Amino acid sequence: MKRKYVDLHLRPDLRNEQKAKNMINKAAALGYSLVGLTLSPNFRKDEMNRLKCLCSEAGVDFVSRIDLKPRSPKELLDSLRKFRRRVEVIAVMCESKNVARQAAKDRRVDLLNFPSTDFHRRFFDKPEAELASNSLVALEIDLQPLLLLEGIVRIRLLASLRREVAIALGFRIPIVVSSGVTDEMLVRKPLEQAALALLFSLDKVVALSAVSENPLAIVRRNRAKLDSKFVAPGIRLIRRGTDC
Amino acid sequence: MDAVWGAVLKIFGEYGASKCGLALIDYKSEEKLAILRVVHTEVETVRAAIALITKIKEKPAALHVLTVSGTIKALYKKLKQRG
Repeated sequence: MKRKYVDLHLRPDLRNEQKAKNMINKAAALGYSLVGLTLSPNFRKDEMNRLKCLCSEAGVDFVSRIDLKPRSPKELLDSLRKFRRRVEVIAVMCESKNVARQAAKDRRVDLLNFPSTDFHRRFFDKPEAELASNSLVALEIDLQPLLLLEGIVRIRLLASLRREVAIALGFRIPIVVSSGVTDEMLVRKPLEQAALALLFSLDKVVALSAVSENPLAIVRRNRAKLDSKFVAPGIRLIRRGTDC
Repeated sequence: MDAVWGAVLKIFGEYGASKCGLALIDYKSEEKLAILRVVHTEVETVRAAIALITKIKEKPAALHVLTVSGTIKALYKKLKQRG
């Protein structure tokens, strides 16, 4: 079966519909089947429907996503309570250790993300990975910083990513490689993203999973949970009526 | 071609660049298509380097690998099929 490629982190300026459309069309032309567009925390339903239309016109599947940047674990829990039933993918940008630990423990979080240039705030270590291994969270790696940074900063970022990827693989935490781009010129093909993942010592097979199976599994799992027929993990409503 | 060499050199250094065996085979300026030869073991290396190109002569640019093939004849055939 042909592999389906997914980019879960496109960040077009949603105030400019033309730019968003161009980015979606570019992603479709480059071979992505599903794209995750980051919505603002105060998004409206009609905004989401408009993006869904743009994606279906381009021939890609739309995945709603929100990036949370909580300042405390309490704020994270409040945000999760608010957004979990409304969007398909929730990513947490962990800027403090407490938030990183809480996000790793919480089964409502799908993706963990860390600041690219602030290396003191990259909290993905072994204790974090151990917490993440008991929940359903995946480690997300955005490639935009690799494209834009140069010199010593990029070298440090690659070293950091290599270390984190090794920890994630050791604890069997899924890795998701996304573009994280804000400009359509920075969107890359899935195989190119997988090739970039080799820069931080991700094996070719694992890199291809990171751009296809891993993000797809997250989307499928959440769509099943958000479905009206979902009752509990492993339990689905098939039929309702008096003579079932 | 300078942009590709530059990208390979920047990220992989002279040692990495020497392993690639990069050479320009053909360039069609109207279609903005280039055919590069690379050592088959370094295809992913060069693919990563090409993906890292964001500017050519200070102008924003993006290069994409359309297809890879072992022979030039098969490559042209694949390109023709893709239209």
